[in-house]
Amino acid sequence: MQFFIDNFPLLRSAFLTTLSLSLLAGLLALVLGTVLAALRVSPVPPLRGLATFYVETFRNTPLTVVFFFLIFGLPQIDFAVGFFTGSVIAVGLYTAAFVAEAVRSGINAVPPGQAEASRALGLSFGQSLREVVLPQAFRTVVPPLGNVWIAMVKNTSIAAGFAVTELTASLQRLSNANAGELVLVLLAVVLGYMLITVPSAFAVSRLERRVAILR
Amino acid sequence: MTERPTGEPLVRLTGVNKWFGELHVLQDVDLTIDRGEVVVVIGPSGSGKSTLCRTINRLESIQEGEISIDGVRLPDEGKELARLRSDVGMVFQSFNLFAHKSVLENVTLGPIKVRKKSKADAERRARELLDRVGVSAQADKVPAQLSGGQQQRVAIARALAMDPKVMLFDEPTSALDPEMINEVLEVMVGLARDGMTMVVVTHEMGFARRAANRVVFMDAGRIVESATPETFFTNPSSDRAKDFLSKILNH
Ligand SMILES: Nc1ncnc2c1ncn2[C@@H]1O[C@H](COP(=O)(O)OP(=O)(O)O)[C@@H](O)[C@H]1O
Ligand SMILES: [Mg+2]
Repeated sequence: MQFFIDNFPLLRSAFLTTLSLSLLAGLLALVLGTVLAALRVSPVPPLRGLATFYVETFRNTPLTVVFFFLIFGLPQIDFAVGFFTGSVIAVGLYTAAFVAEAVRSGINAVPPGQAEASRALGLSFGQSLREVVLPQAFRTVVPPLGNVWIAMVKNTSIAAGFAVTELTASLQRLSNANAGELVLVLLAVVLGYMLITVPSAFAVSRLERRVAILR
Repeated sequence: MTERPTGEPLVRLTGVNKWFGELHVLQDVDLTIDRGEVVVVIGPSGSGKSTLCRTINRLESIQEGEISIDGVRLPDEGKELARLRSDVGMVFQSFNLFAHKSVLENVTLGPIKVRKKSKADAERRARELLDRVGVSAQADKVPAQLSGGQQQRVAIARALAMDPKVMLFDEPTSALDPEMINEVLEVMVGLARDGMTMVVVTHEMGFARRAANRVVFMDAGRIVESATPETFFTNPSSDRAKDFLSKILNH
């Protein structure tokens, strides 16, 4: 117990860093991923191509490489971002590809008659997507997006290698200082991640039940 | 029979050809539908009836020929096309009501988003229309809580809410249990009586006899015959129509 009390300030700030990194990157990924999914089903071939290119690039690039590019590569072209901001962008851009895939599969699961009926009413492609297709797609996409979110929370640990003192970085620090209490250090850090992921999983299953659609 | 159509062309298809890959689904189709006219399209499964219907609001594109509505040629894509579609009501075999919206919201979506009506105006008109098709008591339910016949009547109200110039019906009663067919046909007969221009793909001969000005018989992507319902059902001129009628009459 003494160990937790002694190291509470570091653990707390590390936890908050992981949490804010996750929330900001998650928001970026959700918005960008949805836009990418919309582009992938758009009637304009160049837009579809662009979105496919994006998704395939990021899905097939290790996240650490994305971090390297944003944090050490961008300054080369005179566009430096801070470590924390760089980490948010790296995780967000990377995760957007997975969000896009999940949302796209959700869009494809909406019966085509729904989009047809809205276009037949005279709604534009964008209106039909916003009013009819996406609201239904998101309902089927809640569980897969929950998985993407949990994977993303864990992926923020890569920021530890880029001077961001989040949970995994605190693990490194604390285990150096408290070699004898390694188990406690690990426990604290794992608990930190679980404090984010377990309530998320719970929220996802609640949400899933609430938005279920009657067909 | 309803009042005579005006003789003023509203929908005009000229030399329309369409292929799905190798399949030549519409072959040299010429068809003119006058304002106020009710045309029933009949023919064997796979003859291109749905495709014909869907080309009229360009849910399907065509490779050759020209389609115009009220003198305006169908635009390719974008805003112009959306505007044109808003003047063409469509009723699908499988209803296609918006599953996540209430019945009332289904009917107000188009008027609010496309016609830019206020919510209050759109709702007032929607309730009138739901009343007209006999489902006003269901306004706050979601589509899945309604019977098939009720859903299809909501779909008709949804199309009417746009004040369309013409309504397309693609086998509107084929997905319904027999006891629900009449409630939908009654609504359609009422529309025909009120002078709505209608293109109806259906095998309901009773409807054709009561409401249609003309029956168009399609086979293998072509319009084979076009006649008044009386002539078509009692004395079809083509062998293919005779053959087809003998099959559906024997059922
Ligand atoms: N999207 C499509 N892609 C390929 N073939 C299609 C498509 N839609 C319809 N067809 C084919 O076109 C032909 C005409 O179909 P359709 O217009 O639905 O006929 P009907 O409504 O008279 O039964 C059929 O052979 C059908 O299989
Ligand atoms: Mg059909």
